[in-house]
Amino acid sequence: MTMDVLQLQRQLRELQASMHQEGFIDDQFTQLQRLQDDSSPDFVKEVVTMYFDDSEKLIDNMKKILTQAPVDFKQVDAYVHQYKGSSASIGAARIKNICMKFRNCCENQDHEGCWRLLQQLQNEYSALKGHLMYLFRLEQELRSAGVKIPSLE
Amino acid sequence: MSVNRKFTGSNGRMPLNSKSGKSNEASNESNSSLRKCKKKKPFFVWGFLGVVALGIVWFFISSHSDSFMLRKEKRLGDCEERARILLQRHNISKKQLHAFVSFFSVSDQILSQCIDERRVQKLLSSDLGNNLQMIFSENREFHKEHTGVTGQFELMEQCPVLNDSVQRNLESLLLMEKTVSLAPYSAIMSNFVKNLLHGKNIVQSWVLELVAIQGYLTLCIGYWWILVVITICCRLAGFPLFWNQKLVSQPKQSQHSAGQNPKGAGSWRKKLLVTFVLLGIVGSVWLFWHLNNDIMRRRKEMLTNMCDERARMLQDQFNVSMNHVHALAILVSTFHHSKHPSAIDQKTFGEYTERTSFERPLTSGVAYALKVLHSDREHFEKQHGWTIKKMEAENETLVQDCIPENLNPAPIQDEYAPVIFAQETVSHIVSIDMMSGKEDRENILRARATGKGVLTSPFKLLKSSHLGVVLTFAVYNANFPPNATPEQRIEATVGYLGASYDVPSLVDKLLHQLASKQTIVVNVYDTTNASAPIKMYGTDVIDTGLLHISNVDFGDPTRKHEMHCRFKHKPPLPWTAINASVGVLVITLLLGHIFYAAISRIAKVEDDYREMRELKVRAEAADVAKSQFLATVSHEIRTPMNGVLGMLQMLMDTELDESQMDCAQTAHKSGKDLISVINEVLDQAKIEAGKLELEAVEFDPRSILDEVLSLFSGKSNEKRIELAVYVSKRVPAVVIGDPKRFRQIITNLVGNSLKFTHDKGHVFVSVHMANEVESPLHDMDVVLSQGFRDMSDITYNTLSGIPVVNRWKSWANFKKLSSMNLMDESGVIQLLVTVEDTGIGIPLEAQHRIFTPFMQADSSTSRTYGGTGIGLSIGKCLVDLMRGEIGFVSEPEIGSTFSFSATFRMPKASHQDTKRQQCNPFVSECKGLRALVVDRRKIRAEVTRYYLQRLGMSVDVAYSLNSAYSYLSGSSNKRISQQLEMIVIDKDALDKESSLLYVIKKQRQNDIKRDPKSFPKIFLLANNNLSPDEHGELKSVGVVDGILMKPLWFSILIRSYREALGSEKKQIIRQKEPNLGNLLRQKHILVVDDNAVNRKVAEGVLRRYGAKVTCVEGGRAALKILMPPHSFDACFMDLQMPEMDGFEVTRQIRCLEKEFNEKIARGEASTEMFGNVAHWHMPILAMTADATQASIEECDRCGMDDYVLKPFEEEQLYKAVARCFGSG
Repeated sequence: MTMDVLQLQRQLRELQASMHQEGFIDDQFTQLQRLQDDSSPDFVKEVVTMYFDDSEKLIDNMKKILTQAPVDFKQVDAYVHQYKGSSASIGAARIKNICMKFRNCCENQDHEGCWRLLQQLQNEYSALKGHLMYLFRLEQELRSAGVKIPSLE
Repeated sequence: MSVNRKFTGSNGRMPLNSKSGKSNEASNESNSSLRKCKKKKPFFVWGFLGVVALGIVWFFISSHSDSFMLRKEKRLGDCEERARILLQRHNISKKQLHAFVSFFSVSDQILSQCIDERRVQKLLSSDLGNNLQMIFSENREFHKEHTGVTGQFELMEQCPVLNDSVQRNLESLLLMEKTVSLAPYSAIMSNFVKNLLHGKNIVQSWVLELVAIQGYLTLCIGYWWILVVITICCRLAGFPLFWNQKLVSQPKQSQHSAGQNPKGAGSWRKKLLVTFVLLGIVGSVWLFWHLNNDIMRRRKEMLTNMCDERARMLQDQFNVSMNHVHALAILVSTFHHSKHPSAIDQKTFGEYTERTSFERPLTSGVAYALKVLHSDREHFEKQHGWTIKKMEAENETLVQDCIPENLNPAPIQDEYAPVIFAQETVSHIVSIDMMSGKEDRENILRARATGKGVLTSPFKLLKSSHLGVVLTFAVYNANFPPNATPEQRIEATVGYLGASYDVPSLVDKLLHQLASKQTIVVNVYDTTNASAPIKMYGTDVIDTGLLHISNVDFGDPTRKHEMHCRFKHKPPLPWTAINASVGVLVITLLLGHIFYAAISRIAKVEDDYREMRELKVRAEAADVAKSQFLATVSHEIRTPMNGVLGMLQMLMDTELDESQMDCAQTAHKSGKDLISVINEVLDQAKIEAGKLELEAVEFDPRSILDEVLSLFSGKSNEKRIELAVYVSKRVPAVVIGDPKRFRQIITNLVGNSLKFTHDKGHVFVSVHMANEVESPLHDMDVVLSQGFRDMSDITYNTLSGIPVVNRWKSWANFKKLSSMNLMDESGVIQLLVTVEDTGIGIPLEAQHRIFTPFMQADSSTSRTYGGTGIGLSIGKCLVDLMRGEIGFVSEPEIGSTFSFSATFRMPKASHQDTKRQQCNPFVSECKGLRALVVDRRKIRAEVTRYYLQRLGMSVDVAYSLNSAYSYLSGSSNKRISQQLEMIVIDKDALDKESSLLYVIKKQRQNDIKRDPKSFPKIFLLANNNLSPDEHGELKSVGVVDGILMKPLWFSILIRSYREALGSEKKQIIRQKEPNLGNLLRQKHILVVDDNAVNRKVAEGVLRRYGAKVTCVEGGRAALKILMPPHSFDACFMDLQMPEMDGFEVTRQIRCLEKEFNEKIARGEASTEMFGNVAHWHMPILAMTADATQASIEECDRCGMDDYVLKPFEEEQLYKAVARCFGSG
């Protein structure tokens, strides 16, 4: 095993640990990773890509509704709920938590709070996206180096 | 506490002197004492008011009766006075008669022949005849009145009238008796008079008493009225109090109105108070005025009465006296002028007048002057032998010390009035011409013109320096017509009779006769000249206020006299009125003060109440904020902490040297501790915020206890404490509830027990059905009945042999345990969990706050043992949520036993057995095997038996090796002993009788030769205090086949057993994993979720277990696909979806299925088409993020078969799928 590979492995581990540490992802993500086997080598990536698409759509939608004059908080809440569900599914812990707060805001019809949280969501989302894209790139590199991705188990 | 105190204050009448200035410690006591005196207070107030009222009534009565007595005495005094006067007059009359007799005797001596019957009769008739005639008529009248009087005695209401009539009677009688004394009736009359007087006295006293009683009554009634008014006031003042209490009790309902109404009520009360006080003041002033007026009036009346009486008497006496003088005048006319020669000379006159002077006690002297015309002067002077002398102009008349010889002869006038007869006392005025004095001349002229007695104006009597008046009567000649004109009168005049009156002595004498002369001052004035009244009697006037003027008629119409009466002293201060009014005022002010105090107290309490409510609202807000803060912060801490722990875990996976590893482990452990603390705090916050909801999932209580045991085994070994778990046979294998929370409670309790138990003893957890407590003793579980045995047995039959507290007491206070009839709710059971330790116990004084959050037994506890002190509080909350109760019994130095009950539901019966089989495949291997447990201690043996029984073994117990040996070697048991698979021997038993072990071993070895298969394994149940050396030794000797380390729990037992048997343990573990795959392999599963990501993940997971997965993104699509017939084996349904949620989709699917099934039943659809399914029922599993009771019930209602948690957890997914396919 070359130093390169070792380096990459270390980086990957560190990245995952730091993402865990910072709460970007939780055990559910690990579970997802475990689901990935030879039969579906890109399972995580597929899911996450779907998630990204979904996220962007949802955030756009929310933004749209929040800019309209009479804010339909119910609709926003529905979106947030959906977002929360998908975030929970892929283990995006931080986004999930923000979604929980967001729902409270929607319940209280706190327009300002909603805006603030929407901003946070966007920030978190782009941060998570960055991290995950990096993660996938590392994995890709490792895979191309012919190394099997170590299971976290 | 202070809140409490203030609120109790508002309950009753305000305690006046319980100010909040007391210290806090004292307030506690005052609280209770206040509460006591609160009820006594009204009685006390009423008692006080009653005493005051009675005191005032008594005061009034006494003062009034004093005045009544005074009046009574006065009346009596008046009576006596009158009687005396009566007597006097009577005496005077008697004397008068005597005088007559003596006069006759004197006259007889001189002129007995001159007096004939006719004259005497005339004389008598002129004076007394009328009187005598009157006697009889009046007498009859009296008889009538007397009967009237006796009649009137009975009619008390007419008392004043009676009094008057009696007085009138008396007055008439006075006159009567005077005259009657001559008559033969006199004795009877005087008796009557006496009787009447007596009667009058009695009546008077009765009247007085009646008046007094009336006075009592009016006073009493008055005071009762006052009391009634006070009562009403109290009621009115009290009413808002009760009203306020109601407000206090329902503060939330009327929060707004409560803020305003008390204020309104307060001002209303204040107005009432002011009105009351003003009324009281006005009332007291009025009372003073009224009483004072009354007193003044009475005084005035008294003065009037006295003055009038005196004036009348004076008048009477004067008149009597005047009559006498008149009589004398007639005498002179009769015996001097009508007789020739005259029967009277100076000597006779002098003697007669001297002797009859007693009947004119007021005259200083009488004299007779003859009318002499100037033409007759010389003749007259010659006849008498003296010249008519002139009176000195200045020294008017009757001057005693002047010598007539020194006087000048009278100047020549038309007529003269020289005195010819005079009483001895004034004999010096004989020969003096009365016409020469100016006053006398006027007198004489008037007297002879009117024919009546005429008075001079008062002048100074020389000799006595007293004031006096002169009464002059004209003497007419005999043939004088009765109705003559003044001219005829002047013509008929022959002489003048004069009498000088000494007014001061007259009045003095009169006043002397009357009682209470000290009280009044009497002045008599001659007011003929109204502008310049002449004082006739009395001292100088001192103005003492009241003045009464009575007119006095002395019989001379031209002269006017007045009597002025005054009290000698100024009126005394009206003490009665002052006392009464001050009394009323004081009462009013006192009551006012009481009410004021009460009102201000009420106001204060109301203010306090408002303040408290505000504070309460703020405190509640703060509490909510705190909980939220705790929840947020805990959550925020937990998230990075998880990161730290994850990193540490990863770090430990890398290659570390020993010290690094140690550091990492320590950090990891600390982080875990921190997480657990945070979790506790989070739990507390959640519970306080009411956000904690229990799950309702199936779980095995025994495995929960095993988990707890495994969690604490290390710690208990470390501390060398025996830790054991026992679950009663009757506890079902599976119950529905919240396993995590159940475990949390037990973990808390066991953790505490371990924390506070040191080096010796045990911690023993036992689980029973709650209703086992009620089962009879002989049927009772051995472990449960421990408490009963303890009472009779001195040797402590506990797990470690160390005494423990009686566990039965720990649930003694449970309400439901004994009362709950479990048959009522089918499918509901209650478990009773007991955690017993031999620790340091809880100090008695700290036992009451054990369940309070953040409170430990004492502050030193947290220092010594650490911990946040919310474990038990959380435990209590969780137990409450589980509809159970928690209790404990603890004795310092002996230990504590905590018990709690928790309610669970029973699952449907079909699930139980299959599941247990699947979970514990090892059990089947051991099933039917026999084991022998050798242990000295019964409880410990029971625990061991419990585990072995869980493996499916049948277990015998021997309490010593000896008995075990005899059991084994006994011929009758030969067959059994051959079946014996294992012998578990406790280390304690081994220590005592280790030699026996070898014997057994030997026998065993013998048996091996016969049949190695049936060779029972011998296990040593060892404590942690078994040293490694011993361990090795025992093993090497080959006596024992394995050593089971305590604490025992299921998995460790299995592992040990397997190790001993040498079988492969991996086999079991591996067996499990493909289970889920087996279940799901080749199953066609539909995933319904609107969220693409979720869909993808679910698909991934299910596909991993070999399932064929189809995804749809909405309820409608799902309905379309699931239209029977179809080929799906199961459906995973998201609950929250737009358009149509999971519940609705399920309902519709069930509807469709029902229709289809009916079709099949009717034969309309062929069953052959799709796998011969005769009855369509698609297993539908809900996918949900929160498995709360409510949502699970909802799932159940709409026809879902089960639920899986989202995101998927392998274990839970497996369970759900297994249930689904297992039963389906």
